[in-house]
Amino acid sequence: MKRNQLSDRNLFDNYIKKVKADRRHTRYMQLLLFLSFFSLWELSSQLNWIDPLIFSSPSKIFLLLYENTINGNLWYHMRVTVLETIAGFFIGTIGGIIIAFLLWNSRKLYDVLDPYLVVLNALPKVALGPIIIVALGPGYFSIIMMGAIISIIVTSLVVYSAFREVDANYTKVLQSFGATKWQCFKEAVFPASLPSIISTFKVNVGLSWVGVIVGEFLVAAKGLGYLIVYGFQVFNFTLVLYSLLVIAFIAAIMYQAVNKFEAWLVKKI
Amino acid sequence: MSFLQLKQITHYYFNPSNYTKALNNISISVDEGTFISILGPSGCGKTTLLSIMAGIIEPTFGNVSINNTPLKKTQREIGYMLQQDYLFPWKNIIDNVLIGPKIIGSHQEEMTEKAKQLLIDMGLETVLKSYPNNLSGGMRQRVALARTLITNPSLLLLDEPFSALDFQTKLKLEDFVSALLKQYHKTSILVTHDIGEAIAMSDQIYLMKAAPGEIHQRFEVPIEVRDLSPFEARKHIKYQHLFDRIWEELNSLETKSTI
Repeated sequence: MKRNQLSDRNLFDNYIKKVKADRRHTRYMQLLLFLSFFSLWELSSQLNWIDPLIFSSPSKIFLLLYENTINGNLWYHMRVTVLETIAGFFIGTIGGIIIAFLLWNSRKLYDVLDPYLVVLNALPKVALGPIIIVALGPGYFSIIMMGAIISIIVTSLVVYSAFREVDANYTKVLQSFGATKWQCFKEAVFPASLPSIISTFKVNVGLSWVGVIVGEFLVAAKGLGYLIVYGFQVFNFTLVLYSLLVIAFIAAIMYQAVNKFEAWLVKKI
Repeated sequence: MSFLQLKQITHYYFNPSNYTKALNNISISVDEGTFISILGPSGCGKTTLLSIMAGIIEPTFGNVSINNTPLKKTQREIGYMLQQDYLFPWKNIIDNVLIGPKIIGSHQEEMTEKAKQLLIDMGLETVLKSYPNNLSGGMRQRVALARTLITNPSLLLLDEPFSALDFQTKLKLEDFVSALLKQYHKTSILVTHDIGEAIAMSDQIYLMKAAPGEIHQRFEVPIEVRDLSPFEARKHIKYQHLFDRIWEELNSLETKSTI
């Protein structure tokens, strides 16, 4: 009996050890991949296997990163782009949800707008860039609009279909108490669709980056997208790759933030 | 004077390719405090009829009145319980029960007390702050009943509320609901396809036939069976007699429709 209990406990301990070892192993592999990529890059650049003018090298990029952090340049450009992206994300997402609500609220409106939404959704939104810039003027506002317009239509379509898919019996329960349409939306349809809405958040974070960077390509005089275009024009690829790394880093952080927000919200629900 | 009155209800469902006559010329009158069952095969329009009584569907023809007042003006007096509990998974139990008062806009604090009392009466005092996912099917259905009763409806519409439960829970809950409804003196209408349940719980049974939905026959449940709890009623000899009569009637409907 005692032997048996002990071995149960031991088995569990062994299992936990194995899980931890496995996780550690994964981390080592990830680190190894990271280090070998950058050392190979550095090495091949130093030994001229690749053209250092085009592909630069990690040491040059990190040196630039260090300099720009000290002189405040990094913060200056990063701030602009991050604010534009966040603004674009919120306008696109919230606007999309509002449109979805209007479509849900009136079946007629949906039927009328349906073909237009399909066309707008299929249209590559960045192609609207020049028009937006001419219409709204070259500046933050146009760039934010680029970040927003790229996600607003697809958000409204996805969220609308989530609204439609909510089990009609939930609204039936509310209707039996004499609920208005708005009450049905607030108490049943919206909370039931929250999981789909949050998954659009994740997609929209990425989309807003696309819109903002393209917007900056077209007009900006500051921001990370501007740095990429500028670096390209003066053939400074260290600058281009530096901007790219910063973008990748911040975009990953934003994505993680949305993930955390989702986990928190799911727990709350 | 009857409490609920349905006069010549006829209802059609339309869709672009076809139409269906779901209900044809249905007239029912229900006295206050009685328990009526509507029995019939699937697809005979039982749920449609109940939705019309609840005012969720407007019938194509005919009208419904409660105490001689047209239904539209008396919404609040009706409680509706669905096949499944449809508790909102994102609200805890007490908030689920309070959804009706919230929609109606009645005083929240007063209602919170009432909700607690109702849940305690139903033996659910330990789960007030739990979420529906943590409750068993029987408990969830009791919460749904509390949610229906809190607005103090004088007419209860039950749409197969026991059909999704396991047999043991179903028998227990039948007894519980039956006792509770007698205690509160509610008028109730139960839609079901379970003959036994209809006899055990009700005072009168309307047997419906399908395509189009019509009242085929009306049965009175013998007084001896009525006064027993559903579980006891099932053991009574007259329960068995009535069961057989309804069974035969249902079978004859089926053979007619196949010919």
